[in-house]
Amino acid sequence: MAAIVQGIGATAAPSASSNKFLLSSLGSSLLEKKRNFFVVRSDGKCYTGLNQQQRRAQNVVTNAVATKEEKASAAVGSKPGHELLLFEALREGLEEEMDRDPCVCVMGEDVGHYGGSYKVTKGLAEKYGDLRVLDTPIAENSFTGMGIGAAMTGLRPIVEGMNMGFLLLAFNQISNNCGMLHYTSGGQFKIPIVIRGPGGVGRQLGAEHSQRLESYFQSIPGIQMVACSTAYNAKGLMKAAIRSDNPVILFEHVLLYNLKERIPDEEYVLNLEEAEMVRPGEHVTILTYSRMRYHVMQAAKTLVNKGYDPEVIDIRSLKPFDLYTIGNSVKKTHRVLIVEECMRTGGIGASLTAAINENFHDYLDAPIVCLSSQDVPTPYAGTLEEWTVVQPAQIVAAVEQLCL
Amino acid sequence: MGFYLSKSRTVMHNLKPKLGSLGVMFHQSSGIASFSHHQESQSGLIKNLGAGSCNRPTLFTIWRSEHFKAEKQLDCKQNSGGPQVLNFPGGNVKFTSELDFLPEGLEERVHCYRILDENGELTSSNFVQISDELAVRMYTYMAMLQTMDTIFYEAQRQGRISFYVTAIGEEAINIASAAALQLDDPVFPQYRESGVLLWRGFTLQEFANQCFGNKNDNCKGRQMPAHYGSVKHNYFTVASTVATQVPHAVGAAYSLKMDRINACSITYFGDGGTSTGDFHAALNFAAVMEAPVIFFCRNNGWAISTPVEDQFRSDGIVVRGQAYGVHSIRVDGNDALAIYSAVRAARQMAITEQRPVLIEALTYRGGHHTTSDDSTRYRSAEEIEWWRVAQCPLSRFRKWLEKEGWWDSDAETELRASLRKQVLHAIQVAEQVEKPPVADIFTDVYDAPPSNLHEQETTLLETIEKHPKEYPPNFSC
Repeated sequence: MAAIVQGIGATAAPSASSNKFLLSSLGSSLLEKKRNFFVVRSDGKCYTGLNQQQRRAQNVVTNAVATKEEKASAAVGSKPGHELLLFEALREGLEEEMDRDPCVCVMGEDVGHYGGSYKVTKGLAEKYGDLRVLDTPIAENSFTGMGIGAAMTGLRPIVEGMNMGFLLLAFNQISNNCGMLHYTSGGQFKIPIVIRGPGGVGRQLGAEHSQRLESYFQSIPGIQMVACSTAYNAKGLMKAAIRSDNPVILFEHVLLYNLKERIPDEEYVLNLEEAEMVRPGEHVTILTYSRMRYHVMQAAKTLVNKGYDPEVIDIRSLKPFDLYTIGNSVKKTHRVLIVEECMRTGGIGASLTAAINENFHDYLDAPIVCLSSQDVPTPYAGTLEEWTVVQPAQIVAAVEQLCL
Repeated sequence: MGFYLSKSRTVMHNLKPKLGSLGVMFHQSSGIASFSHHQESQSGLIKNLGAGSCNRPTLFTIWRSEHFKAEKQLDCKQNSGGPQVLNFPGGNVKFTSELDFLPEGLEERVHCYRILDENGELTSSNFVQISDELAVRMYTYMAMLQTMDTIFYEAQRQGRISFYVTAIGEEAINIASAAALQLDDPVFPQYRESGVLLWRGFTLQEFANQCFGNKNDNCKGRQMPAHYGSVKHNYFTVASTVATQVPHAVGAAYSLKMDRINACSITYFGDGGTSTGDFHAALNFAAVMEAPVIFFCRNNGWAISTPVEDQFRSDGIVVRGQAYGVHSIRVDGNDALAIYSAVRAARQMAITEQRPVLIEALTYRGGHHTTSDDSTRYRSAEEIEWWRVAQCPLSRFRKWLEKEGWWDSDAETELRASLRKQVLHAIQVAEQVEKPPVADIFTDVYDAPPSNLHEQETTLLETIEKHPKEYPPNFSC
């Protein structure tokens, strides 16, 4: 694994300045607009690849808790674990599960020889054969249906949507069959399927490829939804989703695939229903998930400098919410800010606001603030696109407002 | 053994086929295990029909990458003295200077495989012989299905159950196809195939329990009547969505293929279901994946009030098989012997050759779409009557049985009386059983109920306790 990482990552230009940028395999100039993402390195330093328009004065240095040793049992030696990128972590989790259980199979467009559009399944077709890593024709509703049929007859398929937005075509199968058949059959047939794919706003991918499907799916009874945000939780959630007997939708983010992180060597599986405490604090609870976690952490640095102590929780489990962790946090800080990428109307934030208000109303000192994208299709122009997504400056301003 | 795919002089004349004879080529078989698969002759037949794409091995291969040479040279090469040929992925394509469009259909409709005529006379010996025991059993079950449907329909009309779907007129399809399958073959039904489940051993009482949604219902009262499902009979729960089960069957076939199980999956759907996107993609997938699945289309002429002329303009469903590279056949849906033979042969083909097969059974929907429909609003009573009497699958089969000396009118009377009694009894018992408990609202949504469902259940129970009069008695138990 390390070798592959080096092979891909080695294109980083070792500039003398403290801004080190990790490039993707397609990467070219450091200042190219196309590749901008956050990199969390093993020593806890975080570097951002920003283009000229977005470069901020300060460098953001953040400790992502996920890389801390909270779960790694064997912290012996100077650098335990191995480094890899998020998409490789997904692949590692997938491969381990496919080794462990011969019923696990993958189906989707271009997942076989092409290795997947984001290379999550790279190399798996050569290793496991064309049948276990199945290339499908372009019919999302039907190959999702196929996955459901295969799951009901004993396999554990992972259906990849090339982009989450394409799964809108599979909505009928996901809602009416995947979510329902265990129930309507009286528990006779189970559907241990995992549906995964990248979603969220990328870099100028256009409105149709910038969908946030978690808001559409959240109401479907019978499914579970999780969103990964780091290489560590990506691998752990992938494994947990595959092992779960319920249908699970795993939301990845287009811009997070090249996050580099050091993860443990030993096997680990995360809990699908648990939220992740990213940064404990006292003043305000900031709830977020997926890519917005990084915007929040960037804002957190600014906030700390200004004297605030935000508690940041990556909710990870979008359905059901981990109200236990969230509740404990609310009871401590009494202020809640939700930062999400979904649209304002009907998004995860809207549901989360309702759930917290219902359950923890007495503990709130202020109304819940939810920062979301506007109710517009994502525009193509880079500047416009940037401003439909919540930016760290807005997060800082919201916290300041909330903590007045 | 081979199956005739389509007669197509106008379509194929450019490709100069040698057409085989029309109709099915069978070897007279006296038992079950006499199907020999002559693959050479089969693929020879396919080549003759000019599909032009069958240079692939037919047995399933795990490693298919060697067949995917997308960068094949797309150059034209001269044949020795022949017209130019384009070496295109999928096979050579000959050029022509004729500006000819393929016609939208063939001059004559695809012929329909049939053995018994309306009078129960054998028109040929090209069918799988069945024993008297099997034949009588098939007839008994057809009668059982008909009786169950008639009485349950009446029960709905009396308000005792809320909804029902009959399979009147399609009894032969239900029972004969089920008889030709094994229990290992997973069945993915639409909703007019309860006869298949009946054949497999689901009891009349279990059917009644599901329709009444009582606490003995194996679906725990979760689905509408006639949306049966039973894992131990390998019959997958009916969902109301049209044709969503067709890709499920392909997925199941994929699962069987991966595990190398000696079985195939089968899925049923109507003429209307073939218009959906799921149907199209499922056939396409099955062909590409070489999945062992039987697609059984019950072309009964009507999709609620939409006649087939308004559903599609192709010659029924059978011709579509060829569009996907799938073997297909048209059979008489009211002829139990024809259906039995066709499904036996299709099953054999699907399993030994690992390929999908499409069967179109022409029949008629004798009853209404469901109890929520009154079909006399859009079709004439004479039409319904004609099919019900002249084409009735039961009377046809019974006449044949009587000619063979395996059945008579005394047996008929006895059977009918017994069946009626059994069905009525099942209904009476099911009606008395209480409904499922409140807890069943919240179980099986997931493998274990999450906290929000626990909460919601508690809230509901509290509400019931506070307002007991608003809820049926003993509801919370």
